[in-house]
Amino acid sequence: MTRIDDTFARLRSEGRKAFVAYVMAGDPDYETSLELVRGLSGAGVDVIELGLPFTDPMADGPTIQLAGQRALEAGQTLARTLDIARAVREEDDATPIVLMGYYNPIYSMGVPRFLEAAKAAGVDGLIVVDLPPEEDDELCLPAQAAGLNFIRLATPTTDDRRLPKVLQNTSGFVYYVSITGITGAAAAQAGEVGPEVARIKAQTDLPVVVGFGIRTPEAAEAMAGVADGAVVGSAIVRQVEEGRPVSEILDYVRALAAGAHRA
Amino acid sequence: MPEDLINSFMTGPDENGRFGDFGGRFVSETLMPLILELEEQYERAKTDESFWAEMDHLWTHYVGRPSPLYFAERLTERLGGAKVYMKRDELNHTGAHKINNVLGQILLARRMGKSRIIAETGAGQHGVATATVCAKFGLKCIVYMGAHDVERQSPNVFRMRLLGAEVVPVTSGRGTLKDAMNDALRDWVTNVRDTFYCIGTVAGPHPYPAMVRDFQSIIGKEVRRQMLEAEGRLPDTLVAAIGGGSNAMGLFHPFLDDPDVAIVGVEAGGKGVDEKMEHCASLTGGRPGVLHGNRTYLLQDDDGQILEGYSISAGLDYPGIGPEHSWLHDVGRARYVSVTDAEALEAFQLCCEMEGIIPALEPSHALAHVTRMAPGLPRDHVICMNMCGRGDKDIFTVASALGHDI
Repeated sequence: MTRIDDTFARLRSEGRKAFVAYVMAGDPDYETSLELVRGLSGAGVDVIELGLPFTDPMADGPTIQLAGQRALEAGQTLARTLDIARAVREEDDATPIVLMGYYNPIYSMGVPRFLEAAKAAGVDGLIVVDLPPEEDDELCLPAQAAGLNFIRLATPTTDDRRLPKVLQNTSGFVYYVSITGITGAAAAQAGEVGPEVARIKAQTDLPVVVGFGIRTPEAAEAMAGVADGAVVGSAIVRQVEEGRPVSEILDYVRALAAGAHRA
Repeated sequence: MPEDLINSFMTGPDENGRFGDFGGRFVSETLMPLILELEEQYERAKTDESFWAEMDHLWTHYVGRPSPLYFAERLTERLGGAKVYMKRDELNHTGAHKINNVLGQILLARRMGKSRIIAETGAGQHGVATATVCAKFGLKCIVYMGAHDVERQSPNVFRMRLLGAEVVPVTSGRGTLKDAMNDALRDWVTNVRDTFYCIGTVAGPHPYPAMVRDFQSIIGKEVRRQMLEAEGRLPDTLVAAIGGGSNAMGLFHPFLDDPDVAIVGVEAGGKGVDEKMEHCASLTGGRPGVLHGNRTYLLQDDDGQILEGYSISAGLDYPGIGPEHSWLHDVGRARYVSVTDAEALEAFQLCCEMEGIIPALEPSHALAHVTRMAPGLPRDHVICMNMCGRGDKDIFTVASALGHDI
């Protein structure tokens, strides 16, 4: 059992949906980002997704790409991102932290060294966008062996024939990408997403959360209503891009979380 | 001969798209089903005689294949050593080898019922070839091109627009070829149902490196036949320029199991392969990493962030290289060297003056290496270099580098 499993078990027993928030580590700089991440659980965030900056985020829209560029320009590295996780973990031993990004910086550090460092920093799970089940030997299986969850994306193109393969080595939760497209793009309608979530839940006991394109408390509520939770990323990152103070961003996060929790 | 089979260099990739440790399918889940479908359809087409019959017909009547194998007599005399042959792929329709591969992919796209074609381009040669074939078949064509390249390759941008393609200048990241590839992948992830991604080089997720190589292998197959006619034997050395490496792979592949044929790939050394990283020599100056769907040698920093390459040649300006080249490098079947901007410019001028051929800056890199090696070799040593593109597109770049105002 990881903190992710514990969190979803607790939410389920309370009859509540999860609110998952994504922020880019080191954006716009280390200190601001650390302050923001520290405030997330207090704003009602159930699972923290910490973005790993990468020069070539092929599955992301301009908002996440620019956030990564700001972080890299401010000197963010994979090691510094683990520092953020560690700092948060020192004061909060319950809220799950998931690292989300692309494989190359992890591969560059070396998988065994990375897994050891991530585990030591209090990280609970990984979402690595460019590692489909076909490449499970790379990181997914070693990560599970090291006690980290490996959370997979399922998408509208993942048909019923392929779904078992996607679910096979997934743990923690399943992240359903509600649209074919990049992060921050147009949103899907909850009415269309509901049957898709049901399709996935028919094949797994894992919680299913829905992300991509959610910007408002109402949308978070609607999406969480047809799943086990909702993820918001680009909309939060855009607030950072606009240079808003951390307290204001956390107010916005609080409103989103309240929306998801109303579901 | 089981021993020969085991020792073949031509059997890759394996069922996971790997050449040794390189290659693979490092893409997001949204694209995975598309890539598997593409692989299935390509495997079917590959063994379908009617597919190749259509290719052959178009290669002959639309592209103008076979391209000549030309003995560069004056250049050979000038260098005073090995005999230099040029495979004249710059004489193809659209002026480069790129169309060999585009035809194959577009025929496949038609078989798959896709109506919208997307492509990335650096120098614009792949973009022009894609726009050309799309015009011929009445397909919608969108070409992603780095904003910086749109500026330095404006004649090709206009060509693509004349051919009816939409050229999208890419400003994300730093607006170069790798960013154009990122944006093409973003388009594909968004428009999965009707769109075919026509990749221009032997890189990307499996099956692209193998598929593009197979389509480009027409180059090496022709050279094999033509050289036997001209010299009664195979060449001693093959030389080709490498950005992503598709013209080189096309020339090299049919010769991989001929141990007496030496193979040399020439990377773009830019301003010199040193710690300043102002070059595109992924094998000479990079290390293995994962980008754009495959594991291969990449220019990257200590934290695994991708670095921008630099070369005078926009077609070589890419921080990676096809995974099969990475493997051939590691197993030692091919040797990879680098040539600087200055050396390539010198070879460019020499080729114009001695042979009456204005080469593209990409094959000028290969030719520069030929001018380095030929003088030290005996007169019966036969070199074949791939003249993979013509230089019309580069005259402004060359003029500016030589200090002329045109």
